[in-house]
Amino acid sequence: MRFQFLQPLTIQEATALFAEYDGEAKVIAGGTDLINLIRTKAIRPPYVVDIGRIPGLDHVRYDANGALIIGALAIIRNLETSNDVKQRHPVIAQAAGQLGSVAIRNVGTIGGNLCHASPAADTAPALIALGAKAKIIGPAGERTVVLEDFFTGPGQTVLQRGEILAELYVPPMSPDSKGVYLKHASRGAADLAIVGVAAVATMDRGICRNAKIALGAVGPTPMRARNAETLLEGKETSDALIGQAAEAAAAESRPITDVRASADYRREMVQVFTRWAIRRVTGKEQEVGSEATAVL
Amino acid sequence: MKQLVTLRINDTDEEIYVEPWWTLSYVLREELNLTGTKEGCNGGHCGACTVLIDGKAVMSCLYLAMKAQGKEILTIEGLKGHNGPLHPLQEAFIEHFAVQCGYCTPGLIMTAKAMLDENPNPTEEEVREGLNGNVCRCTGYTKIVEAILSVAEKQKL
Repeated sequence: MRFQFLQPLTIQEATALFAEYDGEAKVIAGGTDLINLIRTKAIRPPYVVDIGRIPGLDHVRYDANGALIIGALAIIRNLETSNDVKQRHPVIAQAAGQLGSVAIRNVGTIGGNLCHASPAADTAPALIALGAKAKIIGPAGERTVVLEDFFTGPGQTVLQRGEILAELYVPPMSPDSKGVYLKHASRGAADLAIVGVAAVATMDRGICRNAKIALGAVGPTPMRARNAETLLEGKETSDALIGQAAEAAAAESRPITDVRASADYRREMVQVFTRWAIRRVTGKEQEVGSEATAVL
Repeated sequence: MKQLVTLRINDTDEEIYVEPWWTLSYVLREELNLTGTKEGCNGGHCGACTVLIDGKAVMSCLYLAMKAQGKEILTIEGLKGHNGPLHPLQEAFIEHFAVQCGYCTPGLIMTAKAMLDENPNPTEEEVREGLNGNVCRCTGYTKIVEAILSVAEKQKL
């Protein structure tokens, strides 16, 4: 590992550095992903730019409308333990609590988890299901993209030359909607997900509204299970319908075989975990699945 | 190019020249001879390198020494007892035979310290969950969990 280490103190300085050293500079926030990439020689960046000294990027706060605003440098553990987040966006606290071990969560940042762009990033499905948006700052100014469109492939995002992810905006969750993130991994939180499923839905007198389902680790990017969502929308959630939606999610997932699991196994687990997730958010099961915890 | 940094380790300021890519575990072990902190996987999976930074458990193998400036670093060498050389967790690990080969022990004890500082009265499940990032290949964890719970019990008295 050899690199020059730069520590800008403002976003403007940082974007100027990234514009100047395009392709040669990597951002370090917590570093829990980046140090591994450099040590294993997956990448050899000549410059590493530490954005950790830029003030005002690590906030977790609510605006007047009840939207959650998360600075890119917000520590994962803070999202997990924030009483506000636990109360108002519990699915985010839940996903944050399943990202690696406590010692990783104490250092890792939300921006790092997203910009590393692992298809298995644990915070991505929950944020996508909630309709989160990403604020990006670059040399030309600011722009906002829907988080679902932020990822373009494994390790790839829409960030252009000189741009950094600055903030996330998560719309308020209505009090009568529920969300859940279920992670299937061999060492629990400490390992990467084999399958991750986030579901958010509102039940209106037995009818499912605004169902959003997002899958992790079963495609080149975190992805929506749109066919499953469409099946559920406006319907009474019978066991048969939930089963069909879970099968639809499995069918639209695009998993690969790797060291953690085969593609076939992943597809099967998308079906199982999506079914559990839907049962949970539609009120069919009160706990995170007595069935789910047996496996998790 | 090496840069001069001051690292506050176990209540002592250490002035030291570090390369920007040196990790905290490397600096502790190779530059400061604090070899109580172990390196296992060097990838954030095993927890052997766990130290406390500002009271929080951190994998020192994934933490650049440069980023540790201005923070309070606590390693296994800095643990103290109330009235003796050993911290209650260290005594409990001995008492409960929670150590076999010993390689994971410093990381586990530092993880346990951070856990109990945050939650002095954990359930067994919370202890097991909190140890999820620390791999021990000898003990099967049961005695480690018992040791940690015994310290929590004693703190209640």
